[in-house]
Amino acid sequence: MIIDELAGIAHDPRKSVDEHIARTGKKAIGCFPVYSPEELVYAAGMLPVGMWGGQTDISKATQYLQSFCCSIMKANLENGLNGVYDALSMAIIPTFCDTLKCMGEVWKTAVPKPECFTFVFPQNRKLEAGVDFMRSELERLRARLEGISGAKIGDGDIERAIAVYDEYRAAARDFVKTSPSYPLTVNARVRHNVLKAAFFMDKAEYAAKLRAATAELKALPPEDGGSRGVVLTGLLAEPDGFLDLFADSRLHVAADDLVQESKQFRVDAPKEGASPLDRLARRLSDMDGCSLLYDSARTRGQKILGMVKDTGAAGVVVCMMKFCDPEEFDYPIYKKELEKAGVPLLYLEIEQKMDSAEQLRTRIQTFAEMLGA
Amino acid sequence: MEQKTESSKAVLGRLLERHYQEALDEKAKGGLVAWATSISPQELLETMDIKVVYPENHAAAIGARKQAESFIEHSEGNGYSVDICSYARVNLGYMEIQESAAGNIPLPDLIFCCSNICNTVIKWYENIANELGIPMILFDMPFNHTYDVSDESTTYIRRQLEEAIKTLEALKGKKFDYDRLKEVMKISTETARSWKAATMLATAKPSPLNGFDLFNYMAMIVCMRGKQEGLDLFNLWKGELEEKARLGLGPWKDAEEQYRVMWDGIACWPYLSDTYKVLKKYGINMVTSTYPDSWTVIYDAGDLDSMARAYSSNYVNRNLDFGVDNIAKIVEDFSLDGIVYHSNRSCKFMDFRQFEVQRRVEARTGVPSVIFDGDQTDPRAFSLAQYEMRIQTLMEMMRERKEGGQ
Ligand code: SF4
Ligand code: SF4
Repeated sequence: MIIDELAGIAHDPRKSVDEHIARTGKKAIGCFPVYSPEELVYAAGMLPVGMWGGQTDISKATQYLQSFCCSIMKANLENGLNGVYDALSMAIIPTFCDTLKCMGEVWKTAVPKPECFTFVFPQNRKLEAGVDFMRSELERLRARLEGISGAKIGDGDIERAIAVYDEYRAAARDFVKTSPSYPLTVNARVRHNVLKAAFFMDKAEYAAKLRAATAELKALPPEDGGSRGVVLTGLLAEPDGFLDLFADSRLHVAADDLVQESKQFRVDAPKEGASPLDRLARRLSDMDGCSLLYDSARTRGQKILGMVKDTGAAGVVVCMMKFCDPEEFDYPIYKKELEKAGVPLLYLEIEQKMDSAEQLRTRIQTFAEMLGA
Repeated sequence: MEQKTESSKAVLGRLLERHYQEALDEKAKGGLVAWATSISPQELLETMDIKVVYPENHAAAIGARKQAESFIEHSEGNGYSVDICSYARVNLGYMEIQESAAGNIPLPDLIFCCSNICNTVIKWYENIANELGIPMILFDMPFNHTYDVSDESTTYIRRQLEEAIKTLEALKGKKFDYDRLKEVMKISTETARSWKAATMLATAKPSPLNGFDLFNYMAMIVCMRGKQEGLDLFNLWKGELEEKARLGLGPWKDAEEQYRVMWDGIACWPYLSDTYKVLKKYGINMVTSTYPDSWTVIYDAGDLDSMARAYSSNYVNRNLDFGVDNIAKIVEDFSLDGIVYHSNRSCKFMDFRQFEVQRRVEARTGVPSVIFDGDQTDPRAFSLAQYEMRIQTLMEMMRERKEGGQ
């Protein structure tokens, strides 16, 4: 099935990226979590590549980071120091949290290749002043990308890239809406890897494949394995060994509120705007319910409740990335809201390299039993 | 009868008490109270006559009174992770308990948050605003990854200041008085200058100032920068230090200053006197830290662009190159023998560049340094034994270097 092909790409991102570079002659640009203006990279005729850590053994990175740094950034730095990202022409590092601010600075010092581009996302993203600042950052990036490619990025190129990305986002939304009807074929691990493949492929190619994969699924009769659906929330849900525990306990993902997954494609660019960069800037204004984006209304809890209601999920599983303080700050607030609404909640701490995923087995099993799986 | 002049320490105590009392009184009579981050544009609040308290100050005071643990445990009980900044854990606990032996503060009606110290405060203050259902004004100060503050950042910040003024007008139901703002900006700059001048007197050898006093006066520069009394206090303190320096007096009556060090990061409030005593035991005087400059917010009175730039120039909002230059200059200005780096479990922004800063400063200045693990208010994250061992190591290195004639 096509979903297996996509899931395979997430397991060997290097291969996919190298092949793409060889096949198209394009340059590749690394994009750190959590959001990057990928559309602009795409418009420059380059491949945006997600840099979401990995299951890396940490040794050199301890020269720069204390033990209580999140595992994604430790892994990214370690990989950078080991030359794993040599094929990338640049890495975009945003400044969403204090750890990321340091990462940009450390990268400049410690990692000669790829060079880093610090991108500052405004937090007052709903004020016009914030939109204007975001646009100026996009202009700065545009100029740097033009320097790398040696070619101008026209407004038309950006409009086309936005169209490609909106299509990708629509395809991804359709996939996550469809997948809960196939809890056996699209178990938690498969679902995650299918979505993750987007970070290592040309988005137009990815969207086409994902649409085909979804169509393939829809042609199958719905599966009823007696499995119960849950909503996952957090930064991301990895590694595979952790996700396998869900299928083992007859749980599947009914919807996700993960930064690495649905939050990437929940919101399209607004249809209208003074310029394509304006549309990109205003897309940021429209993205709510994320721990990395200022939101004094704190809509996250309500959004999760909405997902539970819409999908009929039996409960919510918090996948808390250890040492990720923005996520840790959100938890007590939405926890209260979920408890008040009587939604069963399971809190799990995860790290990307988790030898101890097995230790979570009993907790997930008990939760599943409580939900009647 | 001869009029005895009050010492700056006595004035400090009195002013601090009044500062909190005024906020409590305001709340009692139904007025507006703001909670603000430590280096925020307080000028706007002062102009609008809005009383303000600073949760970081209050959390530090709770820590120094060794009261932090119960508040921290309360927050952790509510689901706050041990990983997050302990000021936030203390304060969010206090918000519910509302009773502390270190003094009380009224709950806020308005949140006033400035991200020039970290992104953490955005999350922390967002939670307060959310829990209490009150408005929040955020001054987002883009991290300066370039050496200086860019024009785009300056404009973005200035426009946020203008936006905040509109919000405050609506909240208070009165017009913003720009003449008054100019006045407040003038006083604030003068106070900042006076504070900086006082702390620079520690460049004298021996230093008339022991840096742990610096930590005490810090509470005042946080909450009194925009007030005439604040200016008077720092002028008074400066006068006292000048007099001591003129007489060649060092930091202590009963011991000589033998080594001069800088402390990087926040104090360990619950162990303030322990950490101090260990240094003193070895004749080490902490003459300064990276803090004096944090409140040296200098701009042209009445000019919002220059105010925007000044607030964004805070060293924790600056890049690593600036951080290194900054400390290297302190090493020179204060004739330092060593540096103590506090790897503060609470403060990720300071931590995750500290190793590199240490390496580069050492390469540039040759001055030895040590890093110890601690936390500003969580007493569980500090070990006195480890601290003392690190200080001994530093002392050895400083002695060797001195004997080597450097
Ligand atoms: S702390 Fe969280 S948001 Fe920041 S880099 Fe780490 S995982 Fe990402
Ligand atoms: S201690 Fe650090 S993380 Fe906490 S509020 Fe201060 S600057 Fe922010």
